[in-house]
Amino acid sequence: MMAKRRGDLLGVRAALSDRLLPVLVGAMSFLAALALGGALASATLAASWQGDTASALTIQVPQPTAQDAAHHGTRLAAVQQALAASKNVADVHVLSEAQINRLIAPWLGSDAASLGLSLPAIITGQWTGPGGTDQLTAELQQVSPGALLKTGALWAQRVAALTTSLQACALAVLLIVALVAAAVVAVATRSGLAQLRETIETVHGLGALDADIAARFAARATWLALAGSIGGTVLALPVLGWLAWLAAPFTGGSQFNHLFSLPPALLALVPLLPGCSALIGWATAQITVRGWLRRLP
Amino acid sequence: MVRFDDVWLRYRHTTRAAEAEALRGISFEIEEGGFRWLTGPSGAGKTSLLKLIYLAEHPARGRIEILGTRAARTTRREAALLRRRIGVVYQDFRLLPQLDAYDNVALPMRLARRSEAQVQADVTEILRWVGLAHRMHARPDELSGGEQQRIAIARAVVARPKLLVADEPTGNLDDEQAERLMLLITALNKLGTTVIVATHNTQLVQHYPFPRLGLENGRLVHDG
Repeated sequence: MMAKRRGDLLGVRAALSDRLLPVLVGAMSFLAALALGGALASATLAASWQGDTASALTIQVPQPTAQDAAHHGTRLAAVQQALAASKNVADVHVLSEAQINRLIAPWLGSDAASLGLSLPAIITGQWTGPGGTDQLTAELQQVSPGALLKTGALWAQRVAALTTSLQACALAVLLIVALVAAAVVAVATRSGLAQLRETIETVHGLGALDADIAARFAARATWLALAGSIGGTVLALPVLGWLAWLAAPFTGGSQFNHLFSLPPALLALVPLLPGCSALIGWATAQITVRGWLRRLP
Repeated sequence: MVRFDDVWLRYRHTTRAAEAEALRGISFEIEEGGFRWLTGPSGAGKTSLLKLIYLAEHPARGRIEILGTRAARTTRREAALLRRRIGVVYQDFRLLPQLDAYDNVALPMRLARRSEAQVQADVTEILRWVGLAHRMHARPDELSGGEQQRIAIARAVVARPKLLVADEPTGNLDDEQAERLMLLITALNKLGTTVIVATHNTQLVQHYPFPRLGLENGRLVHDG
């Protein structure tokens, strides 16, 4: 009974409504969870794509059936031997005529062979070594003059730039969401202070410390922000799972168990959102109330 | 105990120069355990002077010392702790509407973090003193003006303050209740509480012939 009597001396529970504030903080948490998911997903995708793209090798061998420089066989065979001899190249694959036709079909039609063009042979592979491919390029040029070797480094750089900008956008969204949440708490707290103005002036006159008054508002704001944020975060989980399901083909994950295939970092960070919201609620209420109390002597 | 030295008070939001100075050059001293009536016509500055004593206003000029502490030199925390040693009966009662009579009276003790056992003992005792033990669970809007005033008085004295400041404490009381209240205040005074009571009630002042501070137009015109 006494604990209940001590409970809400100022009437903060009625003044700081349990309707609008949790809903707005919940909405902010929902957006924050999506932004967090976006940031981490783009990082994961980028790491995957950058690895594949940067290490991809494409070698064009013009006049593949012509004799190689050492007159030991065809140029294509010489290039294949050179690639096989390199420790830094893996997954060497010579594209078939049909595959090459499919590649050039958008420009030359579906049956390029009938045009009598001398098409180069295309070899794909993965670069597994450190550093650049200059030495390999020189070797290939030596056995097959005119051979071209291209890596995916340029595309990897572009993917990295895209990822960085996506992550910056996501972090900006997180920052804005945090600021909006703080603003929502500040407005609700100021509204509560206005409603309880006479009560606060009275307890201030009776010797209440600023810290005591601020603590009562902060406790209420913390609870409301926590409750709203838990709701918003829980609602965001199925949406994140659905997005993970959509992204599964790009990440190489299974479309089943998509919720559990969310990035581990996301699964670790999302539960922290309610804690962060509660902290924002507590700090904002403390600052708002202490600032408001400064007007009293 | 309470010392004013050439104290001036000006309200910032007042635009007319005539109303700007609420108090002008006030100097007096009340010894520890003393009793002073504070009298004067409406608008003389009685409430303003009391506000300075219970630290609800800052003076524009002058030096104020309350319970041995220079008011101007206190931090916010020190000022709050000093206010806990001052019991105030406000003219408009200022009871908290969401609390019942018991919790209103208990408020100063709870702010001072006294134990609930002590709160219960002291609050019950003081409610009995003011004749409202049977109304302890009533909220302010369920109490008459006189009852609200008695609750306000009980709240002011429950923590046994070193200084009691009362602004028209008998304004809504009948003669019997006023007499009972004065018995309580004089009993506290005999126990060492310094008392300052602002009143229009000349009969009360004559019946209890304590020294008097007289105010007119913001100036102290009588001390003794």
